[in-house]
Amino acid sequence: MKRILFFLSAAGCIFLASCRGDYPVIPPTETPINDTLKSTTIAGFYLLNEGNMGSNKATLDYYDYTTRVYTKNIFAATNPNVVAELGDVGNDLKIYGNKLYAVINCSNLVEIMDARTAKHLGMVEIANCRYIAFSGDKAYVSSYAGPVQLNPNRDQIGYIAEIDTATFQITRTVTVGYQPEELAVVNGKLYVANSGGYRYPNYDKTVSVIDLATFTEIKQIPVAINLHRLKADRHGRIYISARGDYYSIPSNLYIIDTNTDTLQDSLNIPVSNFCIEGDSAYIYSTQWNWNTGETTITYAIINLATKQVVNHHFMEAATEEKIKTPYGIAVNPETREIFVTDAKNHVTPGTLYCFSPDGKLKWEVTTGDIPAHFAFLYY
Amino acid sequence: MTHLSTFKLCLFVLGGLLLQTPIVFADNAENAPDSIAKMYSIGEVEIVGAYRETEIIPPKKLDGVVLENLSCQSVADAVRYFSGVQIKDYGGVGGIKTINIRSMGTNQMGVFYDGIQLGNAQNGQIDLGRFSLDNMEAIELYNGQKSSMLQPAKDYGSAGTIYLQTKTPKFADGKRFHFGATFKTGSFGLANPALLWQQKIGRSASSSASVEYIHANGRYKFRHKRVNADGTIAYDTTAIRKNADINAIRSEISFCGTITDGEWKAHLYNYYSERGLPGYIARNLYEHHQRQWDDNFFVQSSFRKDFTSYYSLLANGKYAYDYTHYLNPDTTLQYINNTYRQQEIYLSLANSFRIFKWWEAALSTDFQWNTLASDMVDFVFPIRYTGLIALATAIKFPNIKMQAGLLSTFTHETVKRKKPAPDKQAFTPSVMATVRPWKHILFDIQFFYKRIFRMPTFNDLYYTFVGNAQLNPEYVSQYDFGLSYTYQSRTSAVTFFNVSTNLYYNDVDDKIVAVPTANPFRWQMTNLGKVKILGVDVSLKSGFQWCKHWNLDLLLNYTYQDARDLTDPNEAYYGDQIPYTPWHSGSVVGNLKYKTWNLNYSFIYTGERYNQSANIIENYVLPWYTHDLSLSKQFILKKVKLTAAAEVNNLFNQQYDVVLNYPMPGTNFKLILKAEL
Repeated sequence: MKRILFFLSAAGCIFLASCRGDYPVIPPTETPINDTLKSTTIAGFYLLNEGNMGSNKATLDYYDYTTRVYTKNIFAATNPNVVAELGDVGNDLKIYGNKLYAVINCSNLVEIMDARTAKHLGMVEIANCRYIAFSGDKAYVSSYAGPVQLNPNRDQIGYIAEIDTATFQITRTVTVGYQPEELAVVNGKLYVANSGGYRYPNYDKTVSVIDLATFTEIKQIPVAINLHRLKADRHGRIYISARGDYYSIPSNLYIIDTNTDTLQDSLNIPVSNFCIEGDSAYIYSTQWNWNTGETTITYAIINLATKQVVNHHFMEAATEEKIKTPYGIAVNPETREIFVTDAKNHVTPGTLYCFSPDGKLKWEVTTGDIPAHFAFLYY
Repeated sequence: MTHLSTFKLCLFVLGGLLLQTPIVFADNAENAPDSIAKMYSIGEVEIVGAYRETEIIPPKKLDGVVLENLSCQSVADAVRYFSGVQIKDYGGVGGIKTINIRSMGTNQMGVFYDGIQLGNAQNGQIDLGRFSLDNMEAIELYNGQKSSMLQPAKDYGSAGTIYLQTKTPKFADGKRFHFGATFKTGSFGLANPALLWQQKIGRSASSSASVEYIHANGRYKFRHKRVNADGTIAYDTTAIRKNADINAIRSEISFCGTITDGEWKAHLYNYYSERGLPGYIARNLYEHHQRQWDDNFFVQSSFRKDFTSYYSLLANGKYAYDYTHYLNPDTTLQYINNTYRQQEIYLSLANSFRIFKWWEAALSTDFQWNTLASDMVDFVFPIRYTGLIALATAIKFPNIKMQAGLLSTFTHETVKRKKPAPDKQAFTPSVMATVRPWKHILFDIQFFYKRIFRMPTFNDLYYTFVGNAQLNPEYVSQYDFGLSYTYQSRTSAVTFFNVSTNLYYNDVDDKIVAVPTANPFRWQMTNLGKVKILGVDVSLKSGFQWCKHWNLDLLLNYTYQDARDLTDPNEAYYGDQIPYTPWHSGSVVGNLKYKTWNLNYSFIYTGERYNQSANIIENYVLPWYTHDLSLSKQFILKKVKLTAAAEVNNLFNQQYDVVLNYPMPGTNFKLILKAEL
């Protein structure tokens, strides 16, 4: 009797072993959006969700202005054969020419896709890659992982990799400052914000200027500690955000004149991230301070011509109060709609809010984890 | 104290105090000469003059033949066979393994080594993977707390506890020493020799020394696979786990002895290891290079004496030193090279008073001093002073036993820079009861209520950039109702049978969680969580003996858990199952013995769960289950008892992760050779 029982349970176990199933390719989630706005030049936009470090959950969403459908998580279903999907921590997203570039920081690669379909075209391996910019037929990617210095702290300088956008090969590299972040090209020169974040409390404070022809660093402009975002306006001025030290030095926004390559001005406004559209800068700040133990969230629109704050709110109050952790910010160049994402606690799905140019909430949708970077697709 | 010799009484008292359950397994002491394991079954025998401790609610227990034959490398593997337990296993021989009982979180758990708590004030986690089963006699699990009277205040201070009992020397008639050597080898490049020497000293004392060395390269294959909706394969790749090597040495020496109406024990323990941290798997990221060195040392001693038949004293003392060195040499990431040193001093005095035969009271006082030093930038060098006072009373009648306890905890901290956490004081109560409606039928109705908290760890409070010195302790209230039925017999084929079921409800408040600041690399600890857990545990334990030589032990466990995140009603995941908590889980262990042959089969099932708070498909984890099989044979060569065993684990090569992106090994095997003199 006991022998029968034993064999039965053995058989049952063998049966169980074979009926577990496999992990499916995760299907996208489609949400129809109630929006009637006409768009003639912009077909849609991609949103890159960073995903928490270690989770391998960087994902790509797409909003289609013609079908008015928001599709969450398109990469895996569009490219089922790519092992381990998009990767770990998506840090930047840009469209250039007919390709979509996603910088996947902790997977040490730049994912290159077809801009219209998001189909995988190739990838470039760059360790600890951060942000991407373009000029001519080349892409420029900043990376923390440059040569290691032989001192006890093993300080590691950062570098910029130049990538040919047709062959996906790295053609040239140049070392810059410590832990370089965002970069932009103006008049044949590449400007890079160096944060020095690994070297706390000895943050870097320079913007590196690189001559694209010779691909050498021609100047280092001292700005402020812990630099992060760097964007150019249509007049060729460069705006750089500095994160401060989280104690007594607050964050701030600085302006560099690219004709003289000197620091021109600071706007004395707290800033974590911003978006430039025309002559306006839309800013948010999530300022953590160790002394108070609090995070202060502020918003602003600045007129870049006058350098004055036009308004301290660009979203309706009810929604603005709901946002726990503003993270991504973008303005549709054609419709002037404002997009703000809420990353919440970084380990749960975020929310994307769409506002009319005067700040009224038009629609909102659930995104992936840590929605962060936008890329608008033109027809 | 008439017909029992002093020698057998000594063993009995030691056994009774350390084992503390009425019966274990099949008693084959009277069997044929080729039966080797001699277990003394401890029945309901009253010895005049000697005091026997019994608990209100006995623990779940793994010991004896079953524990010895479980195909487990460490304590972490063994505790998976208790119901209500989840192990967070980062994979491989050297991967960290922490325990979580009834979803309350690993920091609420207490792990006791021979009655004294193992501490880790730095991060509150005890890596059970470091404790090998080689020197382990029994593992007990207490839900709520251990409910005996003569126990240190620390025993009241956790939401659930695991007690590890090391092997106490037991000498057969006439023998004065015992020597054992073990060698294990197998997958992962494992080479694992161990030596044990137990020596009788004089008439009432003995010593035990053991040394174990573990070496493994930690390499194993794992598979990454996804299928399309139509069933075709999207991708299917195999890779090898790298940088998972480990070299470790464990050395222990202990002395124990009995005195009139009491006993004492002193123990020295050291564990040194060097290991690679294989890290998480992600796209284009199949290898990490971080390394860690650890040294865990403690010296502890314990003294118990019944001064009169009314009063008993239990004194404990411990000093511990823990060293960790963490290195990240990876040039694609930030270079990190930090050391951490922790020290702990623990002193405890527990008194119990037998006012009447049915009424006892106890007063226990504990004091603890913890420090943490490190070369991290801006380190605060915290020191924590903890005082615990527990007052308890119990009534014991044949039909009903009840214990009520009140614990007062007081902490005070100092730091060298910034502000320390404010002083904390809290009272936490507990009530435990067992009702036996029919005196001669071992059917018990059990109940307990307990409220306890866990202090934020030093990392929670002070870790550079992350800690928050204003954190409150995390509280949990537990309500448990259980039924247990035991049947024992020396005559029928069923020698032992116990079935028990528990229904419980746990309420976690001010759960300490990490939330991000503006920079996702900088997180912040806050009291943000609220979790409610409803669960059912069912366990069955039975022993069969038939045809004189055949013996079967069977353990079955099943747990159902509903653990909901109720932190923020505005969030979409409000009410979702908390991460890594399966709704269904269970295990089966069967140990079949025939003369000198032993066959062990074990099965673990962990049901579907989610690896993040939102219960959405992106976070879904498939159920996993593994089958382990081991076969062993004992033989006698001259005077030496030899055991040879072979194990195959994860028999059907199931590919799974316990923790997201930390793959576990597929099929692996082990060969064990043991010699005992």
